[in-house]
Amino acid sequence: MKNTYNINDKGYYGEFGGAFIPEMLYPNVEELRQNYLKIMAESSFQEEFHQLLKDYVGRPSPLYFAKRLSEKYNTKVYLKREDLNHTGAHKVNNTIGQILMAKRLGKNRIIAETGAGQHGVATATVCALMGIECIVYMGEIDIARQAPNVARMKMLGAEVRPALSGSRTLKDATNEAIRDWINNPVDTHYIIGSAIGPHPYPDMVTRFQSIISEEIKWQLKDKEGKEDPDYVVACIGGGSNAAGTYYHFLDNENVGIIAVEAAGKGIHSGKSAATSALGKEGIIHGCKTLLMQTKDGQITEPYSISAGLDYPGVGPLHSHLYKSGRGEFYSATDDEAMTAGLELCQLEGIIPAIETSHALAIFEHKTFQPDDIVVISLSGRGDKDLQNYIDYFKL
Amino acid sequence: MNRINQKLKEDKKLLSIYFTAGYPEIDDTVSIIQKLELSGVVDMIEIGLPFSDPLADGPTIQASSTAALKNGMTTEKLFKQLKDIRPFVRIPLIIMGYFNPVLQYGVEAFCKKCQEIGIDGLIIPDLPVDVYDEHYKATFEKYGLINVFLITPQTSDRRIRYIDSISTGFIYMVSSASTTGAQSGFGSTQTDYFERIANMNLKNPQIVGFGISNNDTFTQATRYAKGAIIGSAFIKHLTNNGANSIDDFVSRILNL
Repeated sequence: MKNTYNINDKGYYGEFGGAFIPEMLYPNVEELRQNYLKIMAESSFQEEFHQLLKDYVGRPSPLYFAKRLSEKYNTKVYLKREDLNHTGAHKVNNTIGQILMAKRLGKNRIIAETGAGQHGVATATVCALMGIECIVYMGEIDIARQAPNVARMKMLGAEVRPALSGSRTLKDATNEAIRDWINNPVDTHYIIGSAIGPHPYPDMVTRFQSIISEEIKWQLKDKEGKEDPDYVVACIGGGSNAAGTYYHFLDNENVGIIAVEAAGKGIHSGKSAATSALGKEGIIHGCKTLLMQTKDGQITEPYSISAGLDYPGVGPLHSHLYKSGRGEFYSATDDEAMTAGLELCQLEGIIPAIETSHALAIFEHKTFQPDDIVVISLSGRGDKDLQNYIDYFKL
Repeated sequence: MNRINQKLKEDKKLLSIYFTAGYPEIDDTVSIIQKLELSGVVDMIEIGLPFSDPLADGPTIQASSTAALKNGMTTEKLFKQLKDIRPFVRIPLIIMGYFNPVLQYGVEAFCKKCQEIGIDGLIIPDLPVDVYDEHYKATFEKYGLINVFLITPQTSDRRIRYIDSISTGFIYMVSSASTTGAQSGFGSTQTDYFERIANMNLKNPQIVGFGISNNDTFTQATRYAKGAIIGSAFIKHLTNNGANSIDDFVSRILNL
């Protein structure tokens, strides 16, 4: 297989990636870089990882043929049901992998950042499972608007620390987690929740999430007699569910890669999180990638109705897919996403997370052929968003 | 010869002061530099170029950066403020900032501007040594700029040797595993570390930063190192007093 779109041995996807970190983080990140592939290749690691994915997470997640949605858009739509995972989203695939990694590195304290709280809950969950101390940084504003997930994390035994700096949202929670790691360089592992951060994080997270496309291949073979769909579609904030959904198709150009970002109130409204359209190459949280910034290089505040897509950067893999033209990038507004989410409820009886609803809005932007096989990553369930849906639709 | 190298040759312990440009007021930058120079005892100044997401900084410098940006500080504005600073100020001037604003300005354009103004060096914590060495070293050198690298208690001896081999001025020795402003006093962990580094006989002198806030910590740090850098403690002074009584502050540090 060609290896054009995957990471190179220096930690870059094309021109994006790398590890732009202060020296204080170097020993931690270097320890991880030197060990992550080796540890992941150990048979005992693979065994434990897959056992937990099966018995604890409930994998494989179904690949469901969405009959009524397919009829409506006159194409063949499959939904990869990551929403049925334990904790309600794809996030847990990565936290299971990283907690096993942390244990093998001899770490006894876990830190994480979270925006909407999904990654925080998934991290608190695996820490409870392993009996390891867990501290989750969350923006003060997000703590206020995501109360149920804050309560979940607390019930799971995690300490939730408010990020009080900057805009007090996901970007600042990430800054605080990085500062914690600087202050605790020996015993602590930082579980980053998306395919972002300094190398090797984007690659490590992508590999843990790649179980999604691994399963799609054999599941589709069962159902359609072929492994490759015509398109894989995912929403992108930092881009971990997308990275996992694309991974095994990256170098197979017969499979179209489609990304849907959050346009918020509209790309040019000043309230958007459509990073590929609005971003410029720069450095955020330790990697070179596309990010939303002023012309002076100050990182700006994104906006989306979905807290999980409300991030000013995008993973370096996705910047490369965008810049190289390998991926087709679209963006869905708040309104388009909410409408698509409600449509899924009523056509298929599935309430999606608002993040996921952005991927479902692809049908507003692209028409597929009747015999196209389109696999959409149904990255999370909508329970956490009920209040948002209630407010939006005045239910 | 670069002013930094000249200064490092002097037979004394060096006091370097960091402050955030455009703080507390947007137009304080130049007057703070002049007052530090006029004190007669400050040996070097680090001018902080504020950044929206300063990962290596604790709450004090974060807050000053946020305030400076709110005051309207930009890279262009800083260069304008510093345009005529030489020859009124003769001590070495270093710009300290994060890599993204430098990258957006254009690394070469940034370096060129620094040379025009009379900036002697740069400290960019999130520009890693290997990336600098491969991509930017030639540009920095072309414009006569010294790039200063950090080491920490966790940095391996081998990496310290590598950093020493790339460095041409001094090594910024981070006192402990922390962001800026986190310490209150040094214990045996720090002094053991200071001693370990001193015994390595590096070709570049070391200047200690992070956690220097008073005469006590300054004296402890400079027992082993060539000098020490004060940042957060000075920012706190500016927060409380504005750009006044800077003489008092530095006198207290040196116990004069």
